[in-house]
Parts: sequence; structure tokens; C-alpha cells
Amino acid sequence: MDFGLSEDQQLLEETVRKFLSDQVPISKVREIRDAVERDREGGCPNDRKTWSLLAELGVTGILVPEAQGGSNLALLDAALVSQALGHAATPVPFLTSSVMAPIALRELGGAETEAWLAGTAKGSSTFGIAATEAFSVREGAGVVMDGSVLQGKAMMAMDSLEADFILLSLGKDRLAVIRGDADGLSKARLITTDLTRCTTELTLVNVTPEVVYDDAGDGISRMFDAGRIALAADVLGACESMIEQAVAYSLVRKQFDRVIGSFQAVKHMCAEMIAELEPARSLVWYAAHSFDSMPGEATLMAAHALAHLSEIGREIASVSTQVHGGIGWTDEQNLHFWFKRISSARHMLGGPEFLRNRAAELQGLVPAA
Amino acid sequence: MDLEFGPQYEDFRREVRSFLDDHKPKKMREVGSKEGRKALIEWLTLLIEHGYWARTIPREYGGYGAEPDLLETVIMDEEFNRVGVARGMPAQGPSMLVPTLLEHGTEEQKTRWIGPTMRAEVMWCQGYSEPGSGSDLASLQTAARDDGDDFLINGQKIWTSSADKSEMIFVLVRTDPDAKKHAGISYILAPMDAPGIEVQPMRTMSGGLGENSFNQVFFTDVRVPRSNIVGKRGEGWKIANTTLKHERNSLNSNGEGTLVRLMKLMNQEIANGVTAMASPVYRDRLMKLQARVLTMKHHGMRMLTCSLKGESPGVAGLVAKLQNCQLNFDMSALAIDVMGELGGLYDHTKYERDRGYWQTHSFFSLGLIIGGGTAQIQKNIIAERGLGMPREPKPAKA
Repeated sequence: MDFGLSEDQQLLEETVRKFLSDQVPISKVREIRDAVERDREGGCPNDRKTWSLLAELGVTGILVPEAQGGSNLALLDAALVSQALGHAATPVPFLTSSVMAPIALRELGGAETEAWLAGTAKGSSTFGIAATEAFSVREGAGVVMDGSVLQGKAMMAMDSLEADFILLSLGKDRLAVIRGDADGLSKARLITTDLTRCTTELTLVNVTPEVVYDDAGDGISRMFDAGRIALAADVLGACESMIEQAVAYSLVRKQFDRVIGSFQAVKHMCAEMIAELEPARSLVWYAAHSFDSMPGEATLMAAHALAHLSEIGREIASVSTQVHGGIGWTDEQNLHFWFKRISSARHMLGGPEFLRNRAAELQGLVPAA
Repeated sequence: MDLEFGPQYEDFRREVRSFLDDHKPKKMREVGSKEGRKALIEWLTLLIEHGYWARTIPREYGGYGAEPDLLETVIMDEEFNRVGVARGMPAQGPSMLVPTLLEHGTEEQKTRWIGPTMRAEVMWCQGYSEPGSGSDLASLQTAARDDGDDFLINGQKIWTSSADKSEMIFVLVRTDPDAKKHAGISYILAPMDAPGIEVQPMRTMSGGLGENSFNQVFFTDVRVPRSNIVGKRGEGWKIANTTLKHERNSLNSNGEGTLVRLMKLMNQEIANGVTAMASPVYRDRLMKLQARVLTMKHHGMRMLTCSLKGESPGVAGLVAKLQNCQLNFDMSALAIDVMGELGGLYDHTKYERDRGYWQTHSFFSLGLIIGGGTAQIQKNIIAERGLGMPREPKPAKA
């Protein structure tokens, strides 16, 4: 019985965190943000330099089989990387290219997936994910097969603006892969509050897919499970960082001749945040562990983990900003990078209400209509 | 991550199961009966013989004498919970006094008290809080003054659970009125039938007078031999803190069983022709609670692993009491809400659900949010010991 991280996992976490604090401090995130803000038409925040360094570190292929050049680790390992990226608010397509796409491709199999997996492991090609319509259709969006070509619109596509390939959901149980430079595909960046992530609208007119997977229901389900768990870990890391910043600030900021961290009102805010965060870490670990070791539980755990982290995340993002007072609300103080990252995560792969309803369905608690 | 217990422990689990199959139903009926004390003593004695109670307490003090093994403890708890039987007796003697005696008691005290306490031959209550000393426990005023070979105790204790049913009390008293407040306190054992002790039951929000056995205890010139002190004179505060640690650990029960019961209620409770479970609003609240229950369950597993490895969990080790007590309160709140206008029915009146379980559970979990160190004191501890935030400065003396 050992509910915790192995030595290798602790080392992985330390290594990635050290790398990110050296290579992508928040000042660097700010530079990236400033650049994408200037360029409304282009402007994908995903940082290629950081991505290639992460590839050298072996992180990009963390879920790719060894035969395709990856390290074939477990989702818990990937969740630790995701958590570190949330902690540093790093703009890279890890969730899509290193978690969701590899899990889907591995599940789907087929000769063509091997080269794609090898490319994501090497960091030489990235995958965007356009699957919002699998759980939420708005504005008449949705991509459909029309003979041998794809037509339609995918909204809120993740990391797709500069991706080499895009995984598209067609309804609930089909997936397609298209090239990022396919004829008939137009991509328009959507500007979001969170500028550490890349969000795009895709319009497809007579786009010829590289491949279409029918009966991909299991692949889609596994892809969302892995994505939700990794995203929950990202939120966990972002919350961790915000609490650290709030506590550190409370120990230097003085009012009424005392550091504000000596006021019970402020101490209790910080205590409440950490009392939510620490147990949530165990929930994320367990959900990630279940993905590989108890796949029968994973869909339920993924839904609960992301819903729970979304709820405590919103509170921690708000309260840790409040600990800073007025300065916390400024652009200069940087807190907003995490605040917005936590906020955008809340609806990327299904909001908490959707996920809880899903959890109830999975347990047979929702009566048939 | 390895969530398997391993073959050696699975053997142990089978042993526990077979013991429960053989003994549970008959014994438990007797223990639950009105003349339960004798049956309780027999049941606890049987448990000790098999090592399911007082397992790691040395044989010379009346225990079973096994090496401490947390996984065995977890397995025993799981199996006893599964059949709905308390493993041993969740009372303040076994859970608070005995660990304290093992750590600080004299040989004579250990030999005399531990065995009878574990077997329920002697019942204990805890005399800590006073009307003027709640969260600021160390300001307590109940005084023990030297008188020959004895202490003479005068003062008043409050929130004393089971004082009316106990033979003994472990009580914090001020033995040195001139010492600084934390330094003048001693930890003393006193018989409840000593002349000068008066017990006054208190009515609580959860029921009739004395039903929950909540009391005030008055001491008027109560004579206790000086040898009844545990640890050194003036060390009572330090010793009490080890006891409080045991209490906080024992208040950490997780809510899985309560959640199962709540789900059952929601499937049965029908208003306007549909079950509460069919309501998206109630169901959403239930799922929120389930996520919290799962969170605390796995947090418990992580803390258990830290204990097994002898690692300090840091701030994570300080949050369970705060979170679990609130979680329990919130579960009973949903239960009462799904009963709607019937939620206020109580005291076995017509239409009452679950024999009033949820109302009692609600009152009781509110009590636990306050008892054993209030939620606010827990937050101070988390902030100060866990996050390194400074103590509130004392106000300047006027």
C-alpha cells in the first residue's frame, strides 16, 4: 500500500518545475502575452522555443510508446507535468499534443498513427484538438462528413492555430485527423481572457481528411478522461502558485504597523485555501492512477476531479487575489495570468455542472427520460 | 502508487471477517441492550483476546501486545465498518487517556488503569474546558492546592461528555497560580465519586436533558492523592496537547458511509410523484458532496502512506478535521432539504424519516465543527504551523 508519488515521479516533477522556473519565468509569459496581444490576426501564444526545450527534456513524448520514441509513462506522470505547467502558467500545447492526442491515437491504433505519435514525441509536430462539439454545441457549430470530405465549423478548438495536425470530433463517436494546412480549412483566432492558451475557430469547406475513425467512441472517451485529469492537474498547479503568492505577499505587506498575514481574517483566507487544495491533490493523483490501473473508474474520477478542481479553483483564484488587495487587481502583479488560466479551464472540457451530471449518469442516478 | 495490501494482509482480512461472522450478531445484540455494560465488557475482552482492540498495547497493561501496523488497523476498521459494528469503544478513555498514559504515565498508573479502561470496566470523562476557558484553554482557573499528601481541587468544568456515566475524570488543573499560564497546569486523575464533585447535566440542541450526556462538573474541596498526577507537575499543558492530537485524529472519520445513506434517502424520498434523486438540483448537490467525500477518502490514504513511511505530511496533515466536520454537516443539510417540509419532524413523530438520524447528525456534526478545537482554531493552526504565518500579536495592556 503506497498512495503517493514514486521517487522517479518526484524527480520528474522537480526537474520540470526547475526547468520552467529557469526558462519560462512569468516575465517571459508576459512577453508572450504582449506579443499575441499586438497581433490580433496571428498570435498563437504557444511558445515554440519552450516546446522544443521540453521535447529535449523528454516531456513531450511522455505518453508515447517507446517504439515511437516516447517514454511510455503513466497518466499520473503526465499529470505532474501538467501541474507544473499550470504552476508556471506556461503557454505550450501539452494538454493537446502530449496528452489528449497521444491517448486518442493509441486507442485508435493503425499504421498512420505511429508516425504521428513519433512526431509528437520528438516535438516536431503538434496536434490541435477540435472536440468541443462532442459535449457542447453552440452557434450551429459541428463538423460532418459529406461524402469523402468534411464540412462545417468547430468552435473553441484548442491549440489549433499553428498545429501541424488537428483531431476533430464528428458527432459523438467519430474522429478525424486533418492537416493544419489542409485545403479548404480556415482558422481564425478567438481572443480569450486567458492569453496563455490558444483558442481558434475552424471553418471547413470540402476538407479532405487524412483519416476518419468510425466507432471511435472509446477513443473519444479515453481522450476526454485523460484530458480532464490533466486539466484538473493544471488547475491544481495554478492554485498552488496563487496560494504561495498570497501567503508570501501577506508576510511582507504591512498595514496598521503589522504584516497583513498576522491578521486572522487574512490567515483564515489562506488556511481555507490550503485546506481545499491539499486534499484535492490526492483526488487528482487517484484519478490519474485510476486511468491506467482501474480504467473502469477513470471516467467517473475524471469528471469528479475536474469538476471539483474547477469549483475550488474559482474560489482560490478569487481569494488569493483578494489577499493582495488592490495591487492584486493590476496587470503588473501577474496574478491575473493564473486567475484567467483557472477560469478558462473551467469550461474547456466541460463545466462542473455538465461533469457532475455526467458523474450521476455514470452511476445510473439519472432516470431515463 | 500501489493500492494493493498484499497477500499477508489479505490473510489478515480473512481472519477478521471470519471472526465477525462467528461473533458479531449475538454479541452486538447484547451490547446494544439496556443492561449493556456487562455485555460490553465481555465483548471488549473478547476483542482484546483476538487482537482487534487494544492491539498494540503491551500485554502487561492488558493489551494484545502486537507490533504497531497501520495497515492492520485500516483493515480492521474497514471490516468492522462493513458490518456496521464499532471496533471497540469510541470513548474518551481509550482514545485519549490511554495513549497519554502510555506516553507519560508511571508504571503503576499504566498497570492500574489501561487494562480496565480498554475493557470498559472504568469509564472516563475529560475535564478540560471551563466556562471562561474555551479556545483559550490554557487560561483555565480550576485550582489544585497542596494539602499534605493530597491535592484539594476547586473549580468548574464544562462540556464534559459522559461525566454522569463515568467512574473517573482526567482533569487539567492549575497547580501553580504564580507561574506563566501554560506552565502552571497539571494533568490529574480523579474518581467521580469523590466527595465534593457534583455533576449537572446540560441540555444540548440535539435532544432532551442528559440524552447526549453533556455536563458541567463542579469541584468543591475535592481531595485527590498527589500520586494521581500524570507526568510532572506543571507539564499538564504539554501532556494535554498530546491528548488533543489523539482527539483530532479520532474525529477524522470520512463520510463514505454517510454518503451511501444519503443516496438511499434520495432514491426513496418522493415529492410530487418523483424521487429527490430525479431532481437535477438535488442531484447536482449530491455529486458535489460525492466529489468532496472522494477527495477526503484519498486524502486519508495519502496521510496513511505518510504515516507508514514515517514522512511528515506538512500542512496537508492539519486540514482533515476542518474539512471532514464541515462535509458531514453539509451532507445532513442536503438530507434535510430533500425531506422538504418534513425535514423538521423529530423525536420519532409521525412521518419522521430514518428515525431522526439526519436531524441528529446535523446537530452533532455542528457540535464537532466546534468541539475538539473550533474550526477557527483549526484555521489558526493551519495558517501558523502549516503556512508559517505569524500569531496575532497580543493587544497592549491598558
